[in-house]
Amino acid sequence: MSLVNFTTREITCKIVYYGPGRSGKTTNLHYIYGRVPDSRRGRMVSLATQTDRTLFFDFLPIDLGQISGFSTRFQLYTVPGQVYYNATRRLVLQGADGVVFVGDSQARQLDENLESLQNLQSNLLEHGVDIRTIPLVLQYNKQDLPRELILSPADLDDALNFRGVPSFSADALHGKGVFETLKGISELVLKKLAAGTAA
Amino acid sequence: MTSALNPKYSFDTFVVGAANRLAVTAGRTVAESPGAAYNPLFIYSGSGLGKTHLLMAVGHAAKKAAPKLNIEYLTLDEYVEAFHASVAAGQGDAFRRRFQNVDVLLVDDVQFLTNRKEMQSELLRLTEALQAAGRQIVLTSDCPPPDIADLDERLISRLSGGLVVDIGTPDYETRVAILRRKAEERGARFEPGVLETVARTEVGNVRELMGALNRLVAFQAVNDTSINAETVKQILGLGGGEGEGGAAPPGDGRAAAAAKSGGGDEFGEFLADVTVTVGKAVEAWRARVGEAVLRWEGEGYRTHRLEALLQRDAPAAVDDAIAAFAGDVERLKALEAEVADLDPQAAGQSVFRDPERLREAEEAAAKVRAGAAPPPGPSAAFPLAAFAVGPSNQVAVSAARAALERPGKKYNPLVLVGKSGLGKTHLLNAIGLELARGKRAVVACLSTQAFVDELIAAIDGNRVDWWRGRYRRATALLLDDIHLLAGKERTQEELFNLFNLLQDKDRQLVFTAPAHPNTLSGLEERIVSRLEGGLVAELKEPDRDVKRAVLERMLNQQGVNPEPALIDYLADRPTDSVRSLVGLLQRVVGAAAAQDGPLSAGLAREVLEGQSARDTRRSSGFRTSGLVVSSLGGIKSREKVVWDWIDVADRMIEEFR
Repeated sequence: MSLVNFTTREITCKIVYYGPGRSGKTTNLHYIYGRVPDSRRGRMVSLATQTDRTLFFDFLPIDLGQISGFSTRFQLYTVPGQVYYNATRRLVLQGADGVVFVGDSQARQLDENLESLQNLQSNLLEHGVDIRTIPLVLQYNKQDLPRELILSPADLDDALNFRGVPSFSADALHGKGVFETLKGISELVLKKLAAGTAA
Repeated sequence: MTSALNPKYSFDTFVVGAANRLAVTAGRTVAESPGAAYNPLFIYSGSGLGKTHLLMAVGHAAKKAAPKLNIEYLTLDEYVEAFHASVAAGQGDAFRRRFQNVDVLLVDDVQFLTNRKEMQSELLRLTEALQAAGRQIVLTSDCPPPDIADLDERLISRLSGGLVVDIGTPDYETRVAILRRKAEERGARFEPGVLETVARTEVGNVRELMGALNRLVAFQAVNDTSINAETVKQILGLGGGEGEGGAAPPGDGRAAAAAKSGGGDEFGEFLADVTVTVGKAVEAWRARVGEAVLRWEGEGYRTHRLEALLQRDAPAAVDDAIAAFAGDVERLKALEAEVADLDPQAAGQSVFRDPERLREAEEAAAKVRAGAAPPPGPSAAFPLAAFAVGPSNQVAVSAARAALERPGKKYNPLVLVGKSGLGKTHLLNAIGLELARGKRAVVACLSTQAFVDELIAAIDGNRVDWWRGRYRRATALLLDDIHLLAGKERTQEELFNLFNLLQDKDRQLVFTAPAHPNTLSGLEERIVSRLEGGLVAELKEPDRDVKRAVLERMLNQQGVNPEPALIDYLADRPTDSVRSLVGLLQRVVGAAAAQDGPLSAGLAREVLEGQSARDTRRSSGFRTSGLVVSSLGGIKSREKVVWDWIDVADRMIEEFR
């Protein structure tokens, strides 16, 4: 997928929010949706079960308008977190320019986080993408929960961030850290675009 | 290694105010007449006040005024890096030379000289050299020379010796002017008073000012509403009060406002952020082109084509253009290497350094290819088959055959010695012809005199390298009459080197000489010993077998079927060389032609023993076996001396004396 098209002067970034079930990926998107002016956002597509679990995926297109003469679009996706939806996850990952890994800060969810991270690596590999090369940021969500239930960002960094990618602590429900995360991943994606051969 | 001048940073885009007027004036003066006014020009200021802009502007202006000037802009870090790289590559001298040829040297961020003793002395040396040559140096730093920590005293006095100027923080009016110009560059329009409000904030440098402007541009783009002077303060978090009053609730107020207003701001910030990143990313092609320009320029190639790309807004297929350029350069390199092999002189031509002139380069290479004639080869008039063999020259001929079987390995060098007219030249050329049959054989076979003449012409034409290259490519070198090298020191020198080179590569060397090399005078010892190092084979006075063979061949060539008696008679005549034998035969043939009679032993006897003196016509030269031999001088044959007597009567008188 060509990120920058010099001929049609378009930049399209596909960013996938990945992570274990109930970690808050869709919440991230909802918060962003709520902050983007109407004229800038497309319809958010969300396929959820009755209990609000993502069934297929969420999709939020954002139009950033003309930037440096390029019409710039971001496409934000989430994957269903539940283990048995792996085929969908793999499908959504296809052509992703960057991945936000939304981790659950709760201490008891640590194994789910690790499992999901491994699942991300293997799914990327299926697409022939090395997790070390794709722009990736970590978000430690639910940092608003009581201290005794969660791990600190530093602990989570130790446990999950062995590749040393940018990490953000967040409270997606209230919007804390959501845009910081989005900025972080955007910067990585766009910088890679600068470094890579864009034709 | 060095950075390109950013085309955006010119004097035209530099906003001049009270704080930087002196620096700009000095910069302009320097650009107009490099090396003449303030040398070196030292500009210092805090970060973000336009040092780099001004430095590059000097470069642009100087280039505009005199396009031929060699202008180099680089940061000190790049200078250090380049120095280390060249030292690591063992090219320290090349590094120095490179910078000493710069007409205007622009060095950014000199403050990083701190703790770099070796660079300090390098820069000192360079500064001295450039100043001595009247070339301009402009440096920038964040502090004046004496304040750069740990700087060599001599360098301080050097750097302070020209003009040291500073750029201060821009005043309010300048700030407004800068904001207006930048807003205009971005095509952004603001309501009156907006930019003035921004300018009223106390900022440390221009970069911060640009940051504020960026946020306004982004905010206005997001909200599709124009900003007024009041909203500016909100957006920039300046608080409610005027000017300094804004310091009271800075961070807090902003966060609260964002939370309250429901986050148009949050998205706006995100957008501003992305705008900056995209701007950089899209501009990344410039960086790539710039890199390519630097790389190829560094290798000495002209990069007009790539520089032209930089002038455009957003060229399509930048990478293709770079790749095409690289391809052309590769082709040029290949051509140059090929030409260098053929003619080192021609390889220096500038066409091989300009991808725009690739076609010319191709033509030049073709010319060299055609012009790089192989060294003179053996004459086809002396086939080995026609060489008459007999006991007198058996040794030499077998040596020649042995050498032919294993060229360069058996007898190397092979030296054929013998008096004039014994067939040395014939045998030499015959060996050459046989050697030339080999695949890719380049046989140099010529007389020593021609060898000397060629060298003289090459020296005269300043293309000795080309001359050498020609012979070094030879797979065999055969020189006739090596004794003619006597007294020609330069040729002996060249031959000596060539000899060693060829012998090392097992290439056959054959020489002829009138006598054993160690009896030849005027030859350097090292040449003689090398000649003796192979095989010295002697050709003796022709025996009867040789003479008969020669006579039969000559007569057959003329379509004459001679009577055996004639052959016997001529072969028995005392002749000391094949050449004189041929001479005898020519006289007889000439006489027969004059008489219109048959060739017979009787006629021969008559002609040669003077029984009937006739007017035998003689020309000053005649053709023997394809070689024109002058009959005048240099030939010590007894028979030929006799020719010079007009008739027997003269000869009698002479004897009676």
